[in-house]
Amino acid sequence: MHSDQEAVRKSVRSYMTVFAMLMVFTVITVAVSRFHFAVPVAIAIALIIAAMKGAMVAGVFMHLSHERQAIYGTLILTVLFFVVLMFIPIFTDMDHIRLNH
Amino acid sequence: MNIPYTVEERPDTGLSNGKFGIWLFLASEVMLFGALFSTYILLRTGAAEWPHGELSVTLGAINTVILISSSVTMVMAWASLKMNDWGKHRLYLIATFVLAGVFLVNKYFEYSEHLHAGEGPWHNTFLAIYFTLTGLHGLHILGGMVVMAYFIGPGAKMWKTSPAQFTNRIEATGLYWHFVDLVWIFLFPVLYLL
Repeated sequence: MHSDQEAVRKSVRSYMTVFAMLMVFTVITVAVSRFHFAVPVAIAIALIIAAMKGAMVAGVFMHLSHERQAIYGTLILTVLFFVVLMFIPIFTDMDHIRLNH
Repeated sequence: MNIPYTVEERPDTGLSNGKFGIWLFLASEVMLFGALFSTYILLRTGAAEWPHGELSVTLGAINTVILISSSVTMVMAWASLKMNDWGKHRLYLIATFVLAGVFLVNKYFEYSEHLHAGEGPWHNTFLAIYFTLTGLHGLHILGGMVVMAYFIGPGAKMWKTSPAQFTNRIEATGLYWHFVDLVWIFLFPVLYLL
């Protein structure tokens, strides 16, 4: 129990570091949006920063950096289906009605 | 009836049932929000023009800061239980609840400003997907607040009878709450900045 408490005490420090980094990244996200980059560049930058913030929340706050196999297995499957979902708009774009046939 | 594996780990998963359960639920939530993000991409790529600057970046950024802070207070509520500090746990859980409330009040001001200007979800495609995505997210905030209210109120007495199970319940609540924060981390740039 004592070593468990010690481990949690150490994690608290990483929670505070992540908190500070999330705040900094939020400021960067807003600041970058003021530069009015071309839309594809702006989307790429914003999503990369959001992905980094998301990884910090999932990895540290949700303890995904050290979890059990069963959770990783579930999430790998979820990511796979999520990627398919994100590609559906592209599939619909390929599916044209050929009016002249 | 006794629910098995509330505290001890199941030999096949290496997890308590509650923890595995909440992760399976979150996996289904990824698909729910994923479907709507996919809809957003479809609507945006198919639109002749997409409005910019319709939303208040300041309010959106304030709400981002509020949710990130609430994630920290939530994880601290769990860590305090692990360190056997009931007083701090209460303080952090109540702080998380209050921050969630402030988020919703902010959202109320945002919504009412749009609705008073006659800019409801029917106004254009952007506002339709904006209200759908943020409305669903807001409902998740509300759901989280109901669970937190239960653990601040009647659910708190479990700490006396089964502290390990109570700690696991707070961990599951936290996992859900961090997910709600994570969704907002993507919603903020997608809706407010791009």
